[in-house]
Amino acid sequence: MSASPLAAIGFRPRHLLGIEGLSAGEISLLLDLSDSYVEQNRERGKKSTLLRGRTIINLFFENSTRTRTSFELAGKRLGGDVVNMSAEVSSIKKGETMTDTATTLNAMLPDVLIVRHPDSGAVKLLSEKVDCAVINAGDGTHEHPTQALLDALAIRRHKKRLQGLLVAICGDILHSRVARSNIHLLSTMGARVRVVGPPTLMPARIEAMGVEVFHDMKKGLEGVDIVMMLRLQTERMQGNFVPSVREYFRLYGLDYDKLKAAKPDALIMHPGPMNRGVEIDSEVADDVDRSLIREQVELGVAVRMACLDVLTRDLLASNSNGGGAA
Amino acid sequence: MRLPEGAIAGRTPGGRGGPPLAYVNARLLDPATKLDTLGGLIVRDGLIADLGPHLAKPGALAALGVEAIDCAGACLAPGLIDIRVQLREPGEEHKETISTASEAAAAGGVTTMVALPNTRPAIDDAALVESVARLARETSLVRVETYAAVTRGLNGKEMTEFGLLAGAGALGYTDGTHATTDAQLLRRALSYAKVFGKPVIQHPEEPGLARGAMNEGEISTRLGIPGTTAFAEIIQVERDLRLAELTGGRIHFSCVTTAEALRAIRDAKARGVGVTCDTAAHYFALNELAVGDYRTFAKVSPPLRREEDRRAVVAALQDGTIDAIVSDHAPHDQDSKRLPFAQAAFGTVGLETLLPVSLELVHKGELDLLEVLALLTVKPAKLLGLPDGRLAKGGHADLVLFDPAAPWKIDAKELTSKSKNSAFDGHLTQGRVKRTVAGGLTVHQA
Repeated sequence: MSASPLAAIGFRPRHLLGIEGLSAGEISLLLDLSDSYVEQNRERGKKSTLLRGRTIINLFFENSTRTRTSFELAGKRLGGDVVNMSAEVSSIKKGETMTDTATTLNAMLPDVLIVRHPDSGAVKLLSEKVDCAVINAGDGTHEHPTQALLDALAIRRHKKRLQGLLVAICGDILHSRVARSNIHLLSTMGARVRVVGPPTLMPARIEAMGVEVFHDMKKGLEGVDIVMMLRLQTERMQGNFVPSVREYFRLYGLDYDKLKAAKPDALIMHPGPMNRGVEIDSEVADDVDRSLIREQVELGVAVRMACLDVLTRDLLASNSNGGGAA
Repeated sequence: MRLPEGAIAGRTPGGRGGPPLAYVNARLLDPATKLDTLGGLIVRDGLIADLGPHLAKPGALAALGVEAIDCAGACLAPGLIDIRVQLREPGEEHKETISTASEAAAAGGVTTMVALPNTRPAIDDAALVESVARLARETSLVRVETYAAVTRGLNGKEMTEFGLLAGAGALGYTDGTHATTDAQLLRRALSYAKVFGKPVIQHPEEPGLARGAMNEGEISTRLGIPGTTAFAEIIQVERDLRLAELTGGRIHFSCVTTAEALRAIRDAKARGVGVTCDTAAHYFALNELAVGDYRTFAKVSPPLRREEDRRAVVAALQDGTIDAIVSDHAPHDQDSKRLPFAQAAFGTVGLETLLPVSLELVHKGELDLLEVLALLTVKPAKLLGLPDGRLAKGGHADLVLFDPAAPWKIDAKELTSKSKNSAFDGHLTQGRVKRTVAGGLTVHQA
């Protein structure tokens, strides 16, 4: 991968803190690169040496199994050294712990910090305290950029495009960083986005982000190419946003009946982990012809490899000044 | 008040017991009498002995043998009366003390601070009012007054001893940065406070709705920050106006920020309801965009609102709906602000930036200089029954000398306040305090 054309194209940001602000070109670049890593991952020998000698720290202030594992695999398949750290946020002062932890880790000279935090903006705050590249693995209800990238990759591999597609994002939009990142990405790439859910789970003035709002599931799914379900994040519920799970499933759970409103070839996605019988019916979730849910997980690793690749590229280039390509 | 550095009791010109001192060649500005003229002012014994155009030239004073300071045409106005300041002493001296707040006040031309009772412990007892007064006498460079809590320990449940508190010098009653929400309790507080002729000062946010960290809208949605709807303010204000109407008591809303709440107050004033209100400088100088990329210094309560609301605040300053401008000085240390946005403390320091930021209204042609000064001096003073905030013979020689045109890029690090959490960090303003005089003595000189 030496003397990559990517270096010439350039990926401006030093960190990946969110999708907002990325250009269509930068997003395409990441997706193209991800495609090549999908191929690498499907080979028997999955490992390359691109990040040999590089240190990647997974710093998770919030529980996560799949995202952390996905990043860990991504780092290891590129030959980097990956360290996992879960910091307990419940202890005394969350923020103090966070900035202190950041400064401490920074002193160990990592090349990439991958951070998840329950507060919006926390990853950006942390990025100001360190010298290495930072990847946002989800901050509060703000952004989860790698999830949006892997969703886009899954869509693009099946529909061969993003431009002009009609995508419905359904469920708990209010608490969803996945929804926000997807809205930014899909709109930037020329897709049309609808958000579907009860008014109590809609953020204020969400239409200002360029989406159409629906409170009726069937109307919202009419003619869409992609149905993107969100987890009903019960752990974030501070009040009674919906009266009961039973009622929620009746009105907003994805089943075959509601799915009939979508295009016949509409695909179903879910960022996981799923609450079967809450936001999605098991049969729909497991429908091999319609559901991309398992593939999303696979593509996640490739997308994260691409992100690690572009964010370390500058370092590699500058370190190899005067010498051979790394 | 403590003596400023270099002053000697009974000896320093202008101060009590000292020789007289004159300020000449000044643009005298007194909003109470609409005086705006080139002239001079003589200070004797901490009081204003004389003032007017006849004292314009140093020569006029030579005959009297008075030491004169040439103001070189700068504006000389009554010192500012800031009726909403959080002093943090007692209890949070690592953020601010009465002494450090008074230094910040002096640097900002503020000669009277009225303190919120939200200290630790809260000022809910006559003995505590007296202890603040004593601390102020010993450590403050400027005058310090205080409100007392409406309820014990600001708990929102049991009323404090309004009569004893008033007797000890409390200027009004407020639960500080939280609204007094129990309608029956507020009704009684408004009724009972009438006996002492004091207002109840209300924070205009319905707490059930005001759980967010910034204004609810497009930007909060983008940033993923829980928002507080403007209706939290409107609902609290509308309800409390009815309670003021019911009781015939006096309510004062502090830090009003929304077009609709201001409309409700305007209408209530027209109906004869006993209501007054203020806003803080950041509510007409900034809007929600100042939150930008999670800037916690711009996290204030109520939150910075939409541009439409900011413009409504300016309009309400113009038409007299708003009676005073406050700093809402809320010092916080780094540990309270260098946090993810939702976790950071509410508030901005403001004593030192109050005057220049308020002068933006003049520079933009929205209000004239005397109108802005009235909102910073005589109007808030009158509202709380204070005699100051005017240039009057026999009155306290509390003065601010300033250059309204001097450019200043505010740098939070350079502020005098113990805490540096200014929402105006990096803000470009015009207007700088050259000298502040309290009780006849110079407490700040640029």
